[in-house]
Amino acid sequence: MVMSSLKLQDLIEEIRGAKTQAQEREVIQKECAHIRASFRDGDPLLRHRQLAKLLYVHMLGYPAHFGQMECLKLIASPRFIDKRVGYLGAMLLLDERQDAHLLITNSIKNDLNQGIQAVQGLALCTLSTMGSAEMCRDLATEVEKLLLERSPYVRKKAVLTAVHMIRKVPELSDTFLPVCAKLLHERHHGVLLGTITLITELCERSPAALKRFRKVVPQLVQILRTLVTTGYSTEHSISGVSDPFLQVQILRLLRILGRNHEESSESMNDLLAQVATNTDTSRNAGSAVLFETVLTIVDIRSAAGLRVLAVNILGRFLLNSDKNIRYVALTSLLRLVQSDHSAVQRHRPTVVECLWEPDASLSRRALELSLALVNSSNVRAMTQELQGFLESCPLDLRADCASGILLAAERFAPTKRWHIDTILRVLTMAGSHVRDDAVANLTQLIGGAQELHAYSVRRLYSALAQDISQQPLVQVAAWCIGEYGDLLLEGSCEETEPLQVEEEEVLALLERVLQSHMSLPATRGYALTALMKLSTRLRGDNNRIRQVVSIYGSCLDVELQQRAVEYNTLFRKYDHMRAAILEKMPLVDRGGPQADEEVKESKEATHLLEPAPVPTEPQASKLLDLLDLLDGPSEDPQPPPPVDPSPEGTLIHLLDLPCAPLAPAPIPNLRVFEREGLQLNLSFVRPPGTPTLLLITATATNASEGDVTHFICQAAVPKSFQLQLQAPSGDTVPAQGGLPVTQVLRILNPNKAPLRLKLRLTYNHYGRSVQEIFEVNNLPVEAWQ
Amino acid sequence: MIKFFLMVNKQGQTRLSKYYEHVDINKRTILETEVIKSCLSRSSEQCSFVEYKDFKLIYRQYAALFIVVGVNDTENEMAIYEFIHNFVEVLDEYFSRVMTIDNV
Repeated sequence: MVMSSLKLQDLIEEIRGAKTQAQEREVIQKECAHIRASFRDGDPLLRHRQLAKLLYVHMLGYPAHFGQMECLKLIASPRFIDKRVGYLGAMLLLDERQDAHLLITNSIKNDLNQGIQAVQGLALCTLSTMGSAEMCRDLATEVEKLLLERSPYVRKKAVLTAVHMIRKVPELSDTFLPVCAKLLHERHHGVLLGTITLITELCERSPAALKRFRKVVPQLVQILRTLVTTGYSTEHSISGVSDPFLQVQILRLLRILGRNHEESSESMNDLLAQVATNTDTSRNAGSAVLFETVLTIVDIRSAAGLRVLAVNILGRFLLNSDKNIRYVALTSLLRLVQSDHSAVQRHRPTVVECLWEPDASLSRRALELSLALVNSSNVRAMTQELQGFLESCPLDLRADCASGILLAAERFAPTKRWHIDTILRVLTMAGSHVRDDAVANLTQLIGGAQELHAYSVRRLYSALAQDISQQPLVQVAAWCIGEYGDLLLEGSCEETEPLQVEEEEVLALLERVLQSHMSLPATRGYALTALMKLSTRLRGDNNRIRQVVSIYGSCLDVELQQRAVEYNTLFRKYDHMRAAILEKMPLVDRGGPQADEEVKESKEATHLLEPAPVPTEPQASKLLDLLDLLDGPSEDPQPPPPVDPSPEGTLIHLLDLPCAPLAPAPIPNLRVFEREGLQLNLSFVRPPGTPTLLLITATATNASEGDVTHFICQAAVPKSFQLQLQAPSGDTVPAQGGLPVTQVLRILNPNKAPLRLKLRLTYNHYGRSVQEIFEVNNLPVEAWQ
Repeated sequence: MIKFFLMVNKQGQTRLSKYYEHVDINKRTILETEVIKSCLSRSSEQCSFVEYKDFKLIYRQYAALFIVVGVNDTENEMAIYEFIHNFVEVLDEYFSRVMTIDNV
């Protein structure tokens, strides 16, 4: 059935008239069927109309691949009206992935040589849009010829095609390099703009081209200067600025040429200063040019005065009422803050103002910049501002803001008390958004600051009494109350108001936490353990605590149930040990990740299986390890591994301190040093439960006639290892086989990398002082695998 | 480098689209809907530059029509903003009296 063919406009109206998606699809499908039929046996003169409709439909997102061959036919036709639609179709439908695209190479070649501007323009345009690598190679010479055509219209398109070719086939740069210098003398802005783009592409891709084009910097400077200083020109002026697009492009090229090159940068300095001061920034065009200038100044090796000028311009931008300008200013300042920190600091107040922007992307940038600007002198003021922002900021920024404040506090805290206060405030305001290790950090911080125990526990108690919903806060508060409950009840502390707290209130609060439906299982664990610790700290009788603990012995949560059962047993059968087990934690030294590793390790039950090489450790420390096992500050409370849930057997394994032999295959000893009777032997032990831990015992024996005194052994390992040297047994090795000096080295090897060990010995022997530094070779492989 | 150029109306229908880097045809509609959603949800107080995946979007509203240009980070956003206006002025000059017709 032959239908009358719709014109494109009618089709568009029909599609727009469709009320629903389904209706639109129907119209389009009907039309596509008609187009397909017409391609097969329709009037060739009207083919362009069909293809035009097909292209419109394609733009809306419907498949149109059956039009590809039609494009080829239309391109080959001599009529301009056919060629026009045919080339447009080629640009939209044919790309590298289709095999058919190579077929138009010949047509393009013919059209390029034809001599009619419009047709040449079409062919060049198509080539620059969808030309594949093979096509570019074939047609490179044609395009090169056209670069020198008389008509600027064709020259302009030829330059853009050259840009595309360089992108596709970088080897063609040699073809286009020589022409560029000539093209720079153009008067026509279109061709000039294209040339600058071409040179930019060439320089970005080849260092040889870069070196060559550095010579044209003076010429570029001249062109830009003329643009800036010329008065109003009707052809090129946009809101008072003479061809801002060309200016921006030249500035970008200057940036690439001047980067890391002193000489070029120097020749640009004057020009950049001139552009920066002369450009009228009341309209967007001027601001765009100024922005590009600032980017260039920052990137090249500019004079210091120029850089300060650039930062000041950005600061001025921040005060502008146009939000677009503020956005680009904040983004650029963020890039600059590392390199020109002091210059950016001067604009700190303005940046902080920008925190309160209604626009989310602006306030996010302001937040990042503010965090980068915090230093030791302004940390108090900045934290105040940031905390104020935290209260009202949108949710997606809260996590970043909270972690930012905590990080800044950690780096620049003036006093420990201020630090604890800050973390407390952040936890109260945005507790659920902080990172997981905030809890661990805070407990470590509090634990390490002995003088602040009373203060912290009071503050935390009041905070907890007000609000038990913020989980990290509750966890820290529960831990603190458990540890320092006695300080809480004492009543007086000079740093906060006197707070009279009764024992019953404290217990009630902890019970509330336990029962609240808002508490996470981890939090409940903290609260239960805290209750348990209080049984030794409080003076009253422990009936209430015992009650709670026995209730939870049948709790559905396995973790809580296990704890409750263990604590119950502690009350019943091992009451005599309760005080020792629930003693206060030792002060943790804030040694950073090393300390964390220690704390984590000591929690593992296999510590109990530690062998003879540490015979001097007192009994109490073993119990302290046990203490860490039960209630160390951790976010994943794991039950001690070897324990089974049965009530009787639970604590026996833990309290049993076997000295069972450990590593299934003992690693051979190694003699590493011998000199004049003094020998140093290393023996290795790998505790079975911790595959990353290696214990080396260094034993120094003296078989000579003279004593060895002031014996010091030091060790070094590669960066991925962690080394801890324990105290040696002494520093004198008596002569003739006297008591040897032993020292234990603990090495953690998380990456299972091959172990390398360097030792340094210093001692006095026979009246001389000796220093030896050597690397231990022949380390047995079992030491690290 | 400009990655794509879109003209979309307030209802989310594409009026013109040109891609300068290959995007699968079925992905195009998804891209266009997401882009227009992020542009429509912005109020007049917010700036015209949006970050979307690894592009930057620069948009300008003319009555019921949004012109959105997607670029990568080597471009000067304000120059592209000016460019969009230049484009509209050229259309106006060339075709006289540019306006949108929406028969909804």
